[in-house]
Order: sequence, then structure tokens, then C-alpha cells
Amino acid sequence: MLRIHNLIKSFAGEKSRGKKKDEAGHSAVFAVNDVSFEVKEGELFTLLGPSGCGKTTTLRSIAGLEKPDSGTIAVGDRVMFSSTGSGRSVNLPANQRGLGMVFQSYAIWPHMTVFDNVAFPLQVRPRGQRPAKKEISERVERVLATMQLSEQSGRQATKLSGGQQQRLALARALVIEPPLLLLDEPLSNLDAKLRESLRYELKRLQRELGITSVYVTHDQVEALALSTQIAVMERGAVVQLGKPREVYEQPANKFVAEFIGTSNFIPGTVASQQAGRHCVETSNGTLFLESAHHMPVGSEVVVSIRPEAVELSTVSRGEQAANEWTGEVVARAFLGDAVDHVVSVGQHEVRARVNPSVSIESGTPVYLQLDPSKISLVPVN
Amino acid sequence: MTANLADPAVTPEELTRPSDGPPERSKARWRGPLTPKMFIVAGVAAAIGYLALVPLGYLVWGTFFDAEGLDLGSFERAYGDGRMGELWGNSLAFAGGSALLSITVGTTLAYLNVRTAVPFKALFFAASIVPLVIPGILYTVSWIFLASPEIGLLNAFFEPILGGAPFNIFTIWGMIWVEGLHSSPIVFLLMVAAFRSMDPSLEESALMSGATRLQALRKVTLPLVRPALLSSVLVILITSLESFEVPALLGLQNGIYVFTSRIYFVLRSYPQDLGAAGALAVSLLAVAVIGVAVSRLLAGKGSKTYQTVTGKGFRPRPMDLGKWKPVVGVGILFYFFVTVLGPLLVLLYAALLPYYQAPSWEALSSFTLDNFVQVVEMDSAARALRNSLILGLSAATIVMALMAVASWISIRSTIPGRGIVEQLSFVPLVIPGIVLGLSISFVYLRFPLPIYGTLLILLIAYCTKYMPYGMRYATTSMTQISSELEESAMVSGASWWTTFRRVLLPLLSPGITAGFIYILVVSFRELSSSILLYSPGNEVLSILIWEQFENGSFNVLAAIGVLMVVALMVMVTIAYKLGAKVGLRED
Repeated sequence: MLRIHNLIKSFAGEKSRGKKKDEAGHSAVFAVNDVSFEVKEGELFTLLGPSGCGKTTTLRSIAGLEKPDSGTIAVGDRVMFSSTGSGRSVNLPANQRGLGMVFQSYAIWPHMTVFDNVAFPLQVRPRGQRPAKKEISERVERVLATMQLSEQSGRQATKLSGGQQQRLALARALVIEPPLLLLDEPLSNLDAKLRESLRYELKRLQRELGITSVYVTHDQVEALALSTQIAVMERGAVVQLGKPREVYEQPANKFVAEFIGTSNFIPGTVASQQAGRHCVETSNGTLFLESAHHMPVGSEVVVSIRPEAVELSTVSRGEQAANEWTGEVVARAFLGDAVDHVVSVGQHEVRARVNPSVSIESGTPVYLQLDPSKISLVPVN
Repeated sequence: MTANLADPAVTPEELTRPSDGPPERSKARWRGPLTPKMFIVAGVAAAIGYLALVPLGYLVWGTFFDAEGLDLGSFERAYGDGRMGELWGNSLAFAGGSALLSITVGTTLAYLNVRTAVPFKALFFAASIVPLVIPGILYTVSWIFLASPEIGLLNAFFEPILGGAPFNIFTIWGMIWVEGLHSSPIVFLLMVAAFRSMDPSLEESALMSGATRLQALRKVTLPLVRPALLSSVLVILITSLESFEVPALLGLQNGIYVFTSRIYFVLRSYPQDLGAAGALAVSLLAVAVIGVAVSRLLAGKGSKTYQTVTGKGFRPRPMDLGKWKPVVGVGILFYFFVTVLGPLLVLLYAALLPYYQAPSWEALSSFTLDNFVQVVEMDSAARALRNSLILGLSAATIVMALMAVASWISIRSTIPGRGIVEQLSFVPLVIPGIVLGLSISFVYLRFPLPIYGTLLILLIAYCTKYMPYGMRYATTSMTQISSELEESAMVSGASWWTTFRRVLLPLLSPGITAGFIYILVVSFRELSSSILLYSPGNEVLSILIWEQFENGSFNVLAAIGVLMVVALMVMVTIAYKLGAKVGLRED
């Protein structure tokens, strides 16, 4: 549906500034550096990453609001942008791409009513393609009804609540029935409660309407909850592309593991490996785990252990039990639906999130049991 | 008619009554002995009230009353010659035409500058601002050099081709042209602010909806900046109505009178008729008051209706102009040449010539620095420069000192009636310069103290005139300072005066400095009030230029003008650098 190939965008004139900012010494000139991905019909594809990783620039390039240096952007069989050095270069202006977009600020026109906001995309069509007045109002009413905004139709757009504004922005983007919907952090302006309920609302609508969407966010929870596919971006490049569960359980590198959720990182060496079953030596003991990264024997790795993959017990499973470490509880915090423990193991501190029925006092020696299917290997770069 | 005209002018008088109130009522609250705080606050409030209201009071009284009582004869004398319709017509055509021109030019420039990737951006910004730096009198004279039917260079250039002088600056069109171009930077600055504060995604979402650039501009951008546009229109209408230089230099020659030049004409005729001038001034004042009131009303309404919901921060991304880029580039160069380079070059050209003539080899070979030598050797030039400096520095110092305290009163204090101080400080904004000059001469002609005919009367005029600007700078800074900073000083045991001196003043200093420089710069080109108040020996620079113009020594005038423009450019650059430095320190 949407195909992006070797997209590159650099910001001229920001060279020195970018370089100064980046302490690691990497050149931060490229906002988007050779990004390629494909979005299938009906998918909700998320570009996830911290601010400045190039996700918004990628989205704006798809929209036509930003002109990439090179690469190809195609929606269906329409090439929106193409500049590959050879052949004719194409760059459709934003107003001819026919895509829907929801802006971070919603960009609702304050001088128009709700109805006028939604009708605008139909009203500005070239004369030949413009629907009749009656049809416009029918289509607007229909999309307003889908978004449960029918009653607000005649109101001034600025009088709407945050959630209603979001639905209005969505209605305006969808009224032309675009092949692709672009969403630029549409939930970031809302408070936490509303954000959560709208997240499901958005997911339901997207699935029901079956509209292919590209979603930009820096919120990993949002990305995990909504997406069919996630592309995690760092410094202008896609570092991992996969289903939410894959990205969470099998992070491609330490950056992804750290950015998505919290994790304990324990360094070690691969002692043996067979068909994805690794045995890793760490300073705290041996760990058995399964990983899609097939690491050769002897390679340095980092083991990522999610806090919820750790079970705590005051009794050992036995001398020879695999994946069992001993440690001592240092601190704990009751979170309502779970209890967080910090356990010191050797020279490491491991966070464990356990069922509230388990609550172990500080100073108690404990056994940490690690589920081999829930811990993952992260290659050391 | 006369009764109607008088009404708005009385309003400022009514303001006096409530302003008497606060000190009495607040005494109860303050209790205790007379503190320095009370003295300072009351002194500043009284000074502002005096500057704002006394001249107006005298003007109204002097216009409506004579020794015998109420007398409307002055109105009859002012309007009785049957040319009242013409006066109103000219004034409105002049103000409306200038507003139309400057709004079109200023808004287009602002939009191109903020929202698109224009070529020559630095040059462009300079071109948009510079006409503001050139004093109105010099800008007008430059255009006389360019487009006068007798000596205009443009005419000399086009005459052989078109067989007749195509341009005549001494017409209402010429007046509109010069005034409109000279005020377009004001519109530019207002609209730049408006476009900058507009979330660009509002426009981008229109593009995403399939709208063309033009549709996006017409249906989204322009409606959204309409409040700013409306207030620009009113600001320009008022400044053009109050403008003196252009109508006096260009209109008097062919008898095209607007209110300001008519007032000047009446006062310069013999026998001088203060009452008739007053009657004209009261009408002009009334129009200005109505204009300002309407613009306030609209501004208030606008901010309510158009409060836009925006995201956190937005990065303004300039739009690519595409195939229009060369067209816009050429347009900008042309604009730069017509509004900045042309007038400045012609001034320099005239300054280097022994007598004004069309460019030729002969003219070029007669280039001389004699005019500059003459200026340097001229007694009156040195005196005028000294007077201008004294007046500028003193007015800037006095105004900013008063306004620092006044801004505290209006923003921080809980003194009842504090709002009135702010309102009073803005009163001079609606008083046209020539009306202010007239009002002040009304006061001090009847005043026992020997102020009339001294520099002091000019200083009073300057302080009054620039009070609103000083107040704006000071209040803007004051609102940026958290009241907790002041409160923590108080809690630490500092007295009010110590807090003000040690905490508030240092924090206010960037705004105060900016205001100081602004006043210094604008006071250098003040003409419309000075022209009624100066006396021989007390000329300021702008008056010196005016005198050269009246004497017909255009080349000496041009030399003074060149020096003045250079000095102003230097001052503005220093101010800009200083502002940037102060701004950096703020970070």
C-alpha cells in the first residue's frame, strides 16, 4: 500500500548546530537517513522513537509537507515522490496527494464551525471534481455521525473538548476517504486518562474502517497498544521493524530494549548455542534463554530481563534449577496492581515486578526465577 | 455638529475625577506615616496625570471658551470658509489610501518573509524595516527629489520617452504613495508577529485537504490573521491622519490640506488664530479617539473569537516558492530599490551636488563635499545636534524612570485605581503630534512660569509623546518577571524601595534599555510637535531640516539628511546588538 525506499532528508544550514548537539560525535545532519519500509493495506504502522529521531520528518515527507533529498514514496501504484538520481523525479505537492492527516495540534480552523471544518476538503476540490452542495453536506454529516459529532455540527470548532477536537480532526482527514491516513502524535495533547480511552477509540475506528494508517508517536505504550507494525527509529534510521510483541520481547539492540518498557541489562558471554537456545555465562550465574538472534559461542552479549519476567520466591526450586539466582531485596514499592522489588544480585540490582500477593520485606534473601522465554539477548554493537 | 465633535474630547477630562480618588482611598489601607513608597507612587501618578491631561484640558478650554464664556466662534472661523468638505475628503482619502497601500505591501512582505522560503532574506528584512528608520521628513524630501514635476529625477528620466513629466509628487496620489510606503514597515512588523504566532499546521492541514496555495491563503490564513489586519488598518489610518511631514511638504504647495497641515497653516497665517486651530485639533482628536476606541474593541473581540488551540511548540517551516521564486526575487529587489535604495541614493546624490540637477557627466564631475563642509561649519547645525541629543537623552531617561514605577503600579500593586495610571499613560497615543504641540503651547502661553520658548517646553512635549511607548516596554518586561521574585525579596526583609532598586530594576533593565533607545531614536525625528514649540536658538535637527526646506537650500538639507540617516543607522544597529546581547543574557 505505502512503499518507502531509501528515503533521505538532511537539513542544510543546521549542520553545525546538529554536530554541536550530538555528544556521541555522530553527525546529526541527517533527519532521515536511508529509511525503507512498506505498509500493507489496512495496517496501522507506527513510527516510534524519541524526539529528533526523524519520525515526524518521515511522516511529513509522506504528506508532501517536506521535500526529501532522495528516495521513493508511493501510495498504491501512485508515485508521490521519487528522486533516485536516475530517471524522472516526481514530487507531488501536498494538496494533490489526496491523503488524510491529523496534526499534533489538530490544526482545527478556529474561524469555522465543525461542519465547515469537515466540509473544507470537499469544497476546495477543483471545479470539475467538486461534489454538489447536497452531496457535500451528506458526506460531512455521515462522517460526523461516525465520529459522534453530529450534535456539534453547527458549533464553533474551538468550543469543543479535547477529545471532540481530536475526533473532528479525524473526521476532516477522513471525509475525502483517503487511501492513507497520517497521524502525527494525535494523542500527545490530551491528559493521561483521556489519552487512554481515546487510544482504544482510535484503534476501534481504524480497524472498523480498515483504513491504512501511519502513526507517529514517542509513547511506547501507545505504539504497543495500537500498532500492527512498529518501526523503531533512532537518529534518522529504522533500527527495528516488527510486530509489537516482537519489538517488546526481542529488542534488536539495547536502544530498543531501553526505549520500549523498562528492562534489566546483565552482560555476559555466550557459552553454547543450538538452534536459538543460548546458554549465557553472567557474573551472577548461568542463564538459559531462547533468542532469534543466533549469537556465536564466545560473543559478548547483554541479556535483557523485563521486570515482569522475574519471579521472586523465598524458597529455591532446588540445587540444579536452571535460571535461578540468589539475591537480597533492597527496596520495594506497592503500585496497586503489582509490587516492584529491587533485588541486589552480585554487583547488579535487578528490578522485579510481581503479583501484589507477593511482597517481600527489605533485607530478605530471595531466589529470582527467570522465565527463559521472557528474557532476550541483545547484541552488543 | 460641534456638540458632537466635542463629546469624545471631554472623556479624558472625566478621567481626572477618578484619578483624584486613589490616593485618598488607599491612605486608609496603607495607614502609618508617609513612606517613600507612597511619595514615589503618588509622585509618578501625578506626573503622568499632569502630562496626559493638562494639555488636553487647556486645548478644550481654549477652543470652546474665551474671556466671555462659551464661544463657538472658533469653529465657525475654522470651518466657515465652505471648504470643510474638501478638508474632510482630503484627510480621509489620504488616510484611507495610505492605509490601503501600506496594508497591501506590508502584509504581502510579512507573509513572504515568515511563511515562505524567499530569496535574499536578510536584504528583504532590511528593505521591509529601513523606511521606518528614515525620518519622515527626509523620506518625503527624497521623493520630492525623485518625483517632483520640476526637479524629479524620475521625471527627467522618463520625460524624453513619454513626452511629459509622468510623476507629480505634489498631489494627493503622491502623498498617499509616500505615506503608504513609509508606514508599510509598521504593518510589516504587526503582521510578522501575527503570522509567526499562527500555527503553521493550520495552513498545512488546508493543503493536506487538497486546497491550493491560493485557497489556503484566502480561506484559512487571511481569516485567521483578520484581527491583526484590522488593527493594522486602524493603526495606519490613525498614523496617517496624524501625519504631518508628508501633507505639509507635499500638500501645502498645491493647497491640498488635511487636518494636520491645515492646523499648521492656520497657525502660520497672520493674524494667528489659536481658537480656530484648536477647533481643527479637537475634531482631529475626536476622530483619533474614535479610531483607537474601535481598534481596542475589535482587538478585544478578536482575541476572544480567534483563540486558536495550538500544539506545544511548532517549528515554522517556510514554504517552498517553487517556480515563483525568481518572480518573487525580482519583486523584492525592485521593492528594495524603490523604497530604500532609491530614496537614500538620491539624498546622497543631492548632498554631493552644488545645485540640484539631473544626472549627467557634468553633474557627476561637479560632485563636491561643500555641502557637508557647510553643515559642519554651520552654527545652527551644531546647536541643533546638541539640542536634539539633550532632548532625546533627557526624554528617554525621564520617561523610562517614570514608566518603570508606573508599570509596577499598574501590574504589581494592589493600589485601588491602578488601572487608571496605565490608561492615562496611553492617552498621548491618541493625540496627534501637531495637536499635542498646540495644546502644550496653549498651556504655557497662559502659564506664569517662563517655560515657553525654552528647551524645557520641548522636553515636556517629548516626554508626553513618548510616555505610551515607554509604558509599553516597561509593562511588557514587568509582566515577564514573576511576582515571587519580588515577594521573596520582601520576605527577606527588604523595603519596597530596596526591592524595587535591587531586584526589579535589574530584571527590568533589558526592557528599560530597549525603551530608552527606542525613545532616543524616535525623538531625533520628531517634527510635528516641535514645529509649534521651538523658538530661534532652540532648533532641533528635524526643525533644521524643515528650515532648509523652507529656504529652498535642498543640497544642504540633503547633506544634513545623509548625516542624520547615518547616525540613526548606527544608533539602531547598536540598539539591535545591545538588544540581542541583553536577550542572550536573559537566556
